Amino acid sequence: MAKAPALLRSLSLRGLSATHAQVFAGVRLVPLLRDAPRDDLRIAGRRHDDAWSIVNLGDGRAYCSYVPHALVIGWTDDGSPVASYGAALAGPEVRNPLSKWGCGVQLLHRMARREVRGEDPAERNRLRLLPLHLAMEGFLALHFNAPEIAWSEYSRRAISRGLDPRTEMSLSGRAIPSLEDALRVFEIHEGQCGVLLFVGELLASVFVVSHPDDYRALHRTLIEDFYEQTLLYAARHNGDSQALEHTFDAARIGSLDDLRAALGRARAEAGALHVDTAAGLLGRPIAAERVYRAGPFSLQRFMTELDPALDNHIGEAIVREDGTLEYAKTYRLAAGQVRRARLLQQLSAHGWNLDATAAALRTTRDQLIRRIDGEGFGYLIAEHVLKAALKRTK
Amino acid sequence: MPTAPPAPPARFHTERVEREDLVMFINACFACTGQAEFYGTSGGQAVSIEFLHEYILGNYRRLYARTLAAGINHFNQARIAVNLLATGAETPAADRREEGSLIAAALRELPPQRALRALRELRDRRVNNRRARAVIRGYLAGRPDPAFDAVKYRAHVRALAVHAHLQLPGEIGPFLFEPRRRAPFETPLLERARQARYAKEAIFDLPLTVAEGLAAARGVSRDELLRRAAPRMTEGERLRLQRAAGREDVDLAVDLGRAPLTRVALYALSLPEEARRERRDELHAALDRAAARALRKSPAALGRVAAVLDRSYSASGSSEKRRRPLAVALGVSYLLRAAAREYRAFWTVPTPDEILVGAHGQTDLAAPLLDALAWRPDVVVILSDGFENDPPGAAAEVARCFRARLDPGQRTSIVHINPVFDSERYAPRALGPSIPTVGLRDAEDLPTVLGFARFAEGTAPLAELERYLAQRAVALLSRHARTPGAAEPAVEPGPAGAVALAGAVALADAVALADAVEPADAAELAEEAPAAALEVP
Repeated sequence: MAKAPALLRSLSLRGLSATHAQVFAGVRLVPLLRDAPRDDLRIAGRRHDDAWSIVNLGDGRAYCSYVPHALVIGWTDDGSPVASYGAALAGPEVRNPLSKWGCGVQLLHRMARREVRGEDPAERNRLRLLPLHLAMEGFLALHFNAPEIAWSEYSRRAISRGLDPRTEMSLSGRAIPSLEDALRVFEIHEGQCGVLLFVGELLASVFVVSHPDDYRALHRTLIEDFYEQTLLYAARHNGDSQALEHTFDAARIGSLDDLRAALGRARAEAGALHVDTAAGLLGRPIAAERVYRAGPFSLQRFMTELDPALDNHIGEAIVREDGTLEYAKTYRLAAGQVRRARLLQQLSAHGWNLDATAAALRTTRDQLIRRIDGEGFGYLIAEHVLKAALKRTK
Repeated sequence: MPTAPPAPPARFHTERVEREDLVMFINACFACTGQAEFYGTSGGQAVSIEFLHEYILGNYRRLYARTLAAGINHFNQARIAVNLLATGAETPAADRREEGSLIAAALRELPPQRALRALRELRDRRVNNRRARAVIRGYLAGRPDPAFDAVKYRAHVRALAVHAHLQLPGEIGPFLFEPRRRAPFETPLLERARQARYAKEAIFDLPLTVAEGLAAARGVSRDELLRRAAPRMTEGERLRLQRAAGREDVDLAVDLGRAPLTRVALYALSLPEEARRERRDELHAALDRAAARALRKSPAALGRVAAVLDRSYSASGSSEKRRRPLAVALGVSYLLRAAAREYRAFWTVPTPDEILVGAHGQTDLAAPLLDALAWRPDVVVILSDGFENDPPGAAAEVARCFRARLDPGQRTSIVHINPVFDSERYAPRALGPSIPTVGLRDAEDLPTVLGFARFAEGTAPLAELERYLAQRAVALLSRHARTPGAAEPAVEPGPAGAVALAGAVALADAVALADAVEPADAAELAEEAPAAALEVP
């Protein structure tokens, strides 16, 4: 057994290089090319007849969401090519008899599930994964079981059920203006394995797969992913993105080779520049958690440190043991989501003690309660405490 | 931006505005067909081209009419004819005569279904002036086989006859207006059409489009129809039905070399890759023959030519124009190979065999352009939809630096040919100010379009453009003045055939041009005509 790949400390595009972006209205797509694609890890999409799914998370919890497709990952432990890919890897569709009436619901076991079909050992290395949901579940489940100490200010419900149910809103990709057209007219590069997706000049998502053919097959699924709400306003109001055009210095051109060199420089500069514009995620410290381990690969989910002044992302990644990024998909967090997560983090860090948390945040206890209520967690506080605090801070 | 725009002139240049308007319009008329493109919807295209037509018609009516002769595509010829007939009460008599003869000549060169549909649009727009009626009458009178038209285009001919109060010759009136007639017709085709209402056997003697409808109503199988109607199919129908025939196991022999170049290219590209690989030699020979035939129609002789051909994903076109940009690129490649003394093609992604080309990948024009320039050609033809993204704007920069530093004597000329109309800009999308752009719909129109390219560059004065249009108008009229009533433009001379032109000036019809082109001037134009058509900036 190979040694376990280390947990990610920051997301870097090792093994990938960015090149010239393609712009359509307010959407900018930066292609990521893989220098040396290997085919011992392949990813295929599996469509669901029923977009609505109930996912059993184990330990008696379930999760209901819009999951239009799943990803099936096949790998080999010894570096040889994956025998089947595409439709063969995705496997036959599991038909739900209710789906043809449009009222079916997909029932899925766990976010990431090892699927074993048949006796052939080559067919046994398969993992089914719900893209982005893995990361989102990790985000939602943060401090899910609050609070541990039954402080008297908390409501009975908070003590018995914690934050359950915890919900967050997201947008479908179809809601974002021009995203669908931008994906349709995007010209996929030869050897392209990923994309940085900017909407209204904000980094919306990073999507990386291991093989160019898989990217070609999965490119359009970006429209089915979910995105945070700020992107809707960014796409509408930030104006059209500008294509990055280069000017050559005619005075320095003495031959066709000079022109060729100038063209090469322009390409290199553009790649570096586009990676720089994604600095809100790439190179930031992240906290990762291993979800699954398979041969030389590990599936991890991660979150950048929550800083309201910066872009914050959650995501999932598959990393080879040498640190090559084989799969990644990220979700940009909305400002409100960051605020909520930070508040829960602070409360958790201080053992859910309101006074201690208020002191740490340099505010009063009543203001803190008002803030908890404002972020939608008012149901955690006992009603008389909440009312009194709201009255005093009116 | 590559270059700072020049300082605005102190005076408002009417002439420059007029020239740019016209160049933009003619360019749009080469490329746009009102159909959806890869980057634009059909709605946007229709609105955009409609606006251009109204604008040019309102401001430069005489030149608008002469654009009919500029070698523009059928869609725009039909639009111009209809727009001219719908307006023009204020037009001076001489101009009106010229317009009338240009419209008649242009309609005669259009395929009949397009010409009839254009004329029928007059009825939908409620245009029924004396000239419109005369044009309809003249067009129908000039058709070689009125009985065939009455059967194949029955609805069109009937609508036009009603609209223009026509006296139809022979039995055509009763055929169109007495649908329940029992008495036999003397004309054989009309009689077969009458019998087809009762007898299944008669269906297969009718034109295919008519037979298809009757066969469907009568429950005749597709297989039987294709087999038995095969002798009556046109070449275009055979080509179109190849796949249907393959499904039904019917062998439809088709002579690919007789079809127009772009149609052959479209057909070749519609085949799956294995079929193209198997039939490689046949397709290659057909494209060669089609290119040679296109060149016989409008000859072009070029020196050392390099072509930069765009095979990016956007060349796959739209659902209405499937693979059209790629097919035009393939056609242009074969045409240039046949026309040039030396030729090399540089595809944006190199392809081992042109027949197997597919629309994939990004648009990188700069690198193949550099390769092409390194080969030291006389002319570089860039064929692309103008959406360059790897890197954006680099081809124009390469061309600018090359012109400024490496080729100040303009030994090599670079021209961009664009098969796609960009409705947002009212023109085919340009690569940049240093490369002139012209539109193109069919690969076989390339010589005409190259002749026009010097105006797209923006250096030729307005007077020269006006002379060019006048000369093309004379050439068009002369083709039809000689053979009034000729329906098929099969034996037409080159676009600016000098021989025909000299004879035409003396003809009565061309006298209408007198106020536009001095006779001496026209004769002088006639001499320089063949050279002008092939000049490249």
